[in-house]
Amino acid sequence: MLSRPIIEARAIHKSFGPLKVLDGVDLVVAERELVFIIGPSGSGKSTLLRCLNRLEEPTSGHIVGDGIDVLARRTDINALRRRIGMVFQSFNLYPHMTALGNVAFALRRVVGLRRRDAEERARSALALVGLADKADAYPAQLSGGQQQRVAIARAVALEPRVMLFDEPTSALDPELVGSVLRVMRQLREGGMTMVVVSHEMEFARAAADRVLFMDGGRVIEQGPLDCLFGAPKSDRLRAFLRSLERH
Amino acid sequence: MELFVSSFLNVEVVWAARALLLQGFANTMLLIAIAVPLGLAGGLLLALLSLTPVRIARLLLAVWVDLFRALPPLVLLVFVYEGLPFAGLELGPLGSVAVAFLLNSSAYYAEILRAGIDSVPRGQWEAARSSGLSALDTLGWVVLPQAVRNVLPDLVSNTLEVVKLTSIASVVAMPELLYQARQAQSVTYNASPLVAAALIYLLLLWPLVRLLSRLEHRLPSRM
Repeated sequence: MLSRPIIEARAIHKSFGPLKVLDGVDLVVAERELVFIIGPSGSGKSTLLRCLNRLEEPTSGHIVGDGIDVLARRTDINALRRRIGMVFQSFNLYPHMTALGNVAFALRRVVGLRRRDAEERARSALALVGLADKADAYPAQLSGGQQQRVAIARAVALEPRVMLFDEPTSALDPELVGSVLRVMRQLREGGMTMVVVSHEMEFARAAADRVLFMDGGRVIEQGPLDCLFGAPKSDRLRAFLRSLERH
Repeated sequence: MELFVSSFLNVEVVWAARALLLQGFANTMLLIAIAVPLGLAGGLLLALLSLTPVRIARLLLAVWVDLFRALPPLVLLVFVYEGLPFAGLELGPLGSVAVAFLLNSSAYYAEILRAGIDSVPRGQWEAARSSGLSALDTLGWVVLPQAVRNVLPDLVSNTLEVVKLTSIASVVAMPELLYQARQAQSVTYNASPLVAAALIYLLLLWPLVRLLSRLEHRLPSRM
């Protein structure tokens, strides 16, 4: 561990009806750490991520985020979510607002900044992702890669303690992936704590401190990428790595 | 021909009835100003309530909406005006019209708005909530603006129907445009005031019909 954990999730179970999606998962993320989660589709990686900011309510388990009990009834979930940024596969920008509006919106309604201050901070967040000149563009006028970078700016502008990425490049054309990964690398270098669900192995190789392999709602193996990829201990990871090579 | 002009397009008769017609027009505008906002507000409330996860509540709301969509508005209005006094509830013409329109048009508006809210992707809720926005802010600033936009033609179309429907207030002696025109017609023994009323309705509604037509032919929205 590098320092005290920012996220400490213990024994997370999640069922949708009879379907067990998470079956006792532990996830501890230290400050400034980048944890990379891989696994076949349906392994529960996205659900785990979505439990961390309570977009999904775990069936049982315990989560402490930035020192606060995430699942406690009396926890102000909105105040907590502000400190846990999330980036989605499908960007989910607000189509009726400009790029600037998308980023400034929560700054005004959640942080309570005045319009001028919110827009100033939104502009610098857009500059950070290289889109200062697109502030007045609507999402429909932006490429997928640009939309995802606006979505990252929208999360970063709230100055979160940790950022969750749910397959941030899966919906992108291959030639647009690079621009998004560059921004993520840059965030990483700035010391942002990140949990990334993705299939971008190049990115994992370059930036991940630790890789988690999930299958069937459990963490099967975890460790530095070289250990996992160089000497996979489980058959399931070996099979998964073979399936990646085929692509 | 002369007979036709003198009984249907008699300017003198219309001029003589101008005070009645004007008052009727004013009352029709008043009814619109009451019925449309009431229907919209009631419809929005019903649509929002139907977002509840409580299944039995959703069922009751669906029954309520079905009931008032199935009940002919004229029957509903007559019942409110002439039936409720038997229960000691006398609302008078304006009150009866307001209640009947609230019950009837809010059911239609509710269905339209609910469809609009359903048309907004789940990811919009999730993006907003994950940035710390309250459910209310998410609804008001993120979901409803998109929902309304997605069903705008239906909202305008329904509003058109509500405006036209205000003429049924004439059966409960509410002196709106149709009622006053009929008064004038029976006093002058001439149909021209009715033609004048029809023209006024036409002038009032035509812009709305044009707007609707444009909305319906609009290219699919960018969303």
